Amino acid sequence: MTDRPAAAAGGKLLERLLDGEPAALAKAITLIENAGTGAAQVLAGIQSRLGHALVIGVTGPPGAGKSTLVSALVGELRRRGKSLGILAVDPSSPLSGGAILGDRIRMAEHACDSGVFVRSLATRGHVGGLSSATARVVDLMDAAGKDVVIVETVGAGQSDVEVAQLADVTVVVCAPGLGDEIQAIKAGILEIADVLVVNKADLPNAERTVTQLQGMLSLRGPGTATVPVIATTATEGRGVTELSDAVEARAEALGGSARAARTLAQIRLQIADSAAELLRRQLNDSDDDGLHALCRSVQRGELDLENAARQYLSGYLGNKA
Amino acid sequence: MSDSTKSISPPPRVLVTKIGLDGHDRGSRIVAAYLRDAGMEVIYTAPWQKIEAVVKLAVEEDVDVIGVSSLATDHLLLPDLMAALGEAGFGHVKVVAGGIIPDGDEAELLRAGVSRVFHPGSPREDIVATVGDLATQARAACANG
Repeated sequence: MTDRPAAAAGGKLLERLLDGEPAALAKAITLIENAGTGAAQVLAGIQSRLGHALVIGVTGPPGAGKSTLVSALVGELRRRGKSLGILAVDPSSPLSGGAILGDRIRMAEHACDSGVFVRSLATRGHVGGLSSATARVVDLMDAAGKDVVIVETVGAGQSDVEVAQLADVTVVVCAPGLGDEIQAIKAGILEIADVLVVNKADLPNAERTVTQLQGMLSLRGPGTATVPVIATTATEGRGVTELSDAVEARAEALGGSARAARTLAQIRLQIADSAAELLRRQLNDSDDDGLHALCRSVQRGELDLENAARQYLSGYLGNKA
Repeated sequence: MSDSTKSISPPPRVLVTKIGLDGHDRGSRIVAAYLRDAGMEVIYTAPWQKIEAVVKLAVEEDVDVIGVSSLATDHLLLPDLMAALGEAGFGHVKVVAGGIIPDGDEAELLRAGVSRVFHPGSPREDIVATVGDLATQARAACANG
């Protein structure tokens, strides 16, 4: 991490990134995703340049139309003069580690627009709807000068709420006709919504879905922020102006970057996530004989995973203490 | 990092696409699935891409290899793609082509910088191994450049 040529290369990349050069942003994202040499230096170098971008999280069940809606939203925000970075997260195969990243298919409209930078991220084993590097990649796009960064999660289930931690405004998208649509967005995912969207509003039952959602929102206690429910037909661009207005209104109400207003508890959780990721990498790369012995004990059935982890950690933390 | 036996190197990033006007995408879909199942991250696009769009995508996604499927003479656009990648400073990215590509055209594509041409009947193992090797080469070239 400290060798000089790597530091020089990292410094040059950082400079080009801060100038907003697309190739440098792309290379920096790869560096962070792969935790390559110089990654820490780049992340340290951008800290003073953060907080410009409005970060919009878009989440919802598979097939709700997230990518199509993001594409329509991008079109509207481009008309409003914004430069955009888009992070589209798709799942990695838990078996092969491979992934098909196909969200760009729905964003073809912006394929040649230099004001729109799209990056596809594979989850690489991370659960929660994002990849473990997503928050840091958002920071890179912010530092590269994007006015708006949109993070589109994988098709999220009921508790994939991680996106709300890094977004200023969280948009939860659902669609009528996905079976029991309320089932799909109950509990956690409904609670994180700053704006609710019922997409595919040209389908039957769309109005009923809107009414149901409004009904659920009305059950929330006093003091909770008003959550607009917006009907959109992303393929035709209908409702997208209203969505953009709602997002901008919410951003304005926050008064600057909501990420700047992270609570200490949130920051602690984010440090915990980063620490867990570092530990996971170190453990994977380690040549520690004790670790090999633990693996063999688990394989022979002499030790369970929980206690193996505890034993490793007590040795690890014991050495550091 | 390279001398560690436990660390799985980051997955290769591969763009599988079609340029030009032909929309027959069965082949590109099959190859995309092969590469995914071999542990690669595959950025997949619809057919009918413009060269400008492919270059922008390759830059933003920082891909190591681009695979272009051609069944109806669209491979003749590949020299233009190679030139455009070079102009964008992404000449280190390796390009392979697959599909119906006459022998006479193959030599021309290789001269233009295309790394490999796959013909009908190419075994899955050959495609996967070749793309994996090219991804490694592309990364090394990028790190040294």
